[in-house]
Amino acid sequence: MSSKIYDFSTLTGSIDAALNSWMSPGLAVLSEMVIIGLLFLTFYALLGLFLVYLERKVCAVIQNRVGPNRVGKWGLLQTIADLIKLLMKELIPIRKADHLLFLIAPFIVIIASFMAMGAVPFAKGLHVLDFNIGVFYVMAVSSLGVVGILIAGWSSNSKYSLIGAMRSGAQIVSYELSVGLSLMAIVVFSGTMSLSGIIESQADGWWIFKGHIPAFVAFIVFLIASTAEINRGPFDLAEAESELTAGFHTEYSGIKFAFFFLAEYINMFIVAALGATVFLGGWMPFHIGNWEGFNQVMDYIPSIVWFFAKTFFIIYVIMWFKWTFPRLRIDQLLTLEWKFLLPISMVNILLIAFLVMMHWHF
Amino acid sequence: MSEEIIKDVIVRESEDYIINMGPQHPSTHGVLRFEVCLKGETVKYLIPHIGYIHRGIEKMCEADTYQQIIHLTDRMDYLSAHINNEAVCMVVEEAMQVEVPERVKYIRTILDELNRIASHQLWWCAFGMDLGALTAFFYGLRDREHILDIFEESFGSRLLHSFNTPGGLMHDVHPNFQKRTKEFITYFRKKLPEYDQLLTGNIIFQERVKGVGYMSREKAIAYGVTGPSGRGSNLACDIRKIAPYGAYDKVQFDEILMTEGDTFARYQVRMGEMLESMKIIEQLVDNIPEGDFTAKMKPIIKLPAGEYFKRVETARGELAVYVVSDGNKTPYRMKFRSPNFSNLFVMNELAAGGKIADLVAISGSLDLVIPDIDR
Repeated sequence: MSSKIYDFSTLTGSIDAALNSWMSPGLAVLSEMVIIGLLFLTFYALLGLFLVYLERKVCAVIQNRVGPNRVGKWGLLQTIADLIKLLMKELIPIRKADHLLFLIAPFIVIIASFMAMGAVPFAKGLHVLDFNIGVFYVMAVSSLGVVGILIAGWSSNSKYSLIGAMRSGAQIVSYELSVGLSLMAIVVFSGTMSLSGIIESQADGWWIFKGHIPAFVAFIVFLIASTAEINRGPFDLAEAESELTAGFHTEYSGIKFAFFFLAEYINMFIVAALGATVFLGGWMPFHIGNWEGFNQVMDYIPSIVWFFAKTFFIIYVIMWFKWTFPRLRIDQLLTLEWKFLLPISMVNILLIAFLVMMHWHF
Repeated sequence: MSEEIIKDVIVRESEDYIINMGPQHPSTHGVLRFEVCLKGETVKYLIPHIGYIHRGIEKMCEADTYQQIIHLTDRMDYLSAHINNEAVCMVVEEAMQVEVPERVKYIRTILDELNRIASHQLWWCAFGMDLGALTAFFYGLRDREHILDIFEESFGSRLLHSFNTPGGLMHDVHPNFQKRTKEFITYFRKKLPEYDQLLTGNIIFQERVKGVGYMSREKAIAYGVTGPSGRGSNLACDIRKIAPYGAYDKVQFDEILMTEGDTFARYQVRMGEMLESMKIIEQLVDNIPEGDFTAKMKPIIKLPAGEYFKRVETARGELAVYVVSDGNKTPYRMKFRSPNFSNLFVMNELAAGGKIADLVAISGSLDLVIPDIDR
């Protein structure tokens, strides 16, 4: 039923076989790790740069502007130029900062997002970490980032940074619950926590269509809560520039600042990828019931294209939020979570459990 | 009476958690410093510190001729530069007992209102920015550009156009002036609803501004809050209505008054004023009489000895000019009563007890221009 063509596991399998025939199994595993690590690093950096470029272009469209258009064709090299600038900038030492923590903080943030990235299924057979608690793993690892943010705010020894970090802590810890519960909705539907298992369960239709209204509610809750969890507008209180200048990363400069910046964008990608995987079928093509011809045409579109199309759709929606909505106040932010989103998702999950029990879903 | 309304002097305590917002801070729109005492996210009290851009304009005026003073007033409230100019011109004209031609009055009034719209547009941009709605900034500036183009065509400058001179105008307006002003009105009537679509109707925006920073009518009077900020608290303080100058006695317009007294009321007053300003311009722009662009004035203006006082309604409130002359070509003493100075000091009363985010919203809704406070 699902697409057999464009299966990346044939490619990765042949590389594995070739490596094993050349060297001992232990060495083969080691070299595979190095290859994957290097590929990931490259992909990570390029994706970050591209997302920054994309955000600039999207916000330019929303704001009646052109956006970057000088460096390279259509300004494509603008973010690379910015990266070079950030690399060359001085790392300003703060006299009264806690130097060790100040140094570690950006790395914790970026490592957390790097680890979460490993579990993202990019295409059929293109999946670094695939194990039975994939959803749980991504949730657990991505929430480590808040530790880095709190450390950054604390060690900067600046009042603005501290307020920003405290806001961020309160926000991320609260919204984690809603993200978890809305993902749990689909886990209940599909009966597995493994990301590849969730994708396989959507071969005959995506959960957002199959799961009646509760799945749609879960998707909306997920979008709102995950936007808050990655500290983006309208929930960007941690770095509210009109209130706290730049929040937790006020005192950071140069490449350390770039780490926070990059991690924020990568987190956005991870959240969007997770949403696309769980609710919109990941790399599964769009299939409609018994329309064999239509389904076959859809199968000819490579799975990697499906995945990135869905992910960038969600990224676009998140950017759209940011550039058109004003920012919430801290008490309104917490009210939204504890009084609205959390009860809604709790009722929703009960409803889903009932639906699954009665076998009313497709 | 006023002792009850105005709170006691703030007492600082040693364990207060103080942060300084400003003089370089994105929310203060200039070099203003708020010494904010926080309790968690809540503002306990705040003390405004001013003077970072004090240039001694009032003292400088004592060494300048009246034509030169016009150029200094541009630099006070730079967003209502034209209205500031007019205030000084009116004082001189009254003292010299010069009757300015009707044409000048009409053109001055139209320019006043264009200036008021431009100022309110910029306020709208900045207010959106304060609340985190970044797109608002570009919508407002896009439309303001049209007004600045009209100004540029007629005076050669866009922001600080010392176009008024005692007795009239520097020179006549550009032949395209009427046509372009009418084009702008038709354009902006279509664009103003976009402002409401983008910001006013937004649920987050309404939650952020409704019921925030309540100012009672009594408090507004006690602190001398005027302009749109005062009218948001139902204080009828529009000088254009109380003491009409220019061509304001010839036009029909409403003074927008809101009773709520919160940040949203002040917002709505300004949005309504943009519409009223367009109404005033529409009534005047087709009827500009022919005639001279200036009355005949002596090259060296010497005010007769005495005291002179005149007030106008700028985009931010009541600007009063008080001149003491000893008969020389320079004033003996010059005093400006600027609206922002009074509007600023009500900040502590409005923001204490709220959150940091409310403080930013309130300071945005008072529409402060710092050079006007410091002078």
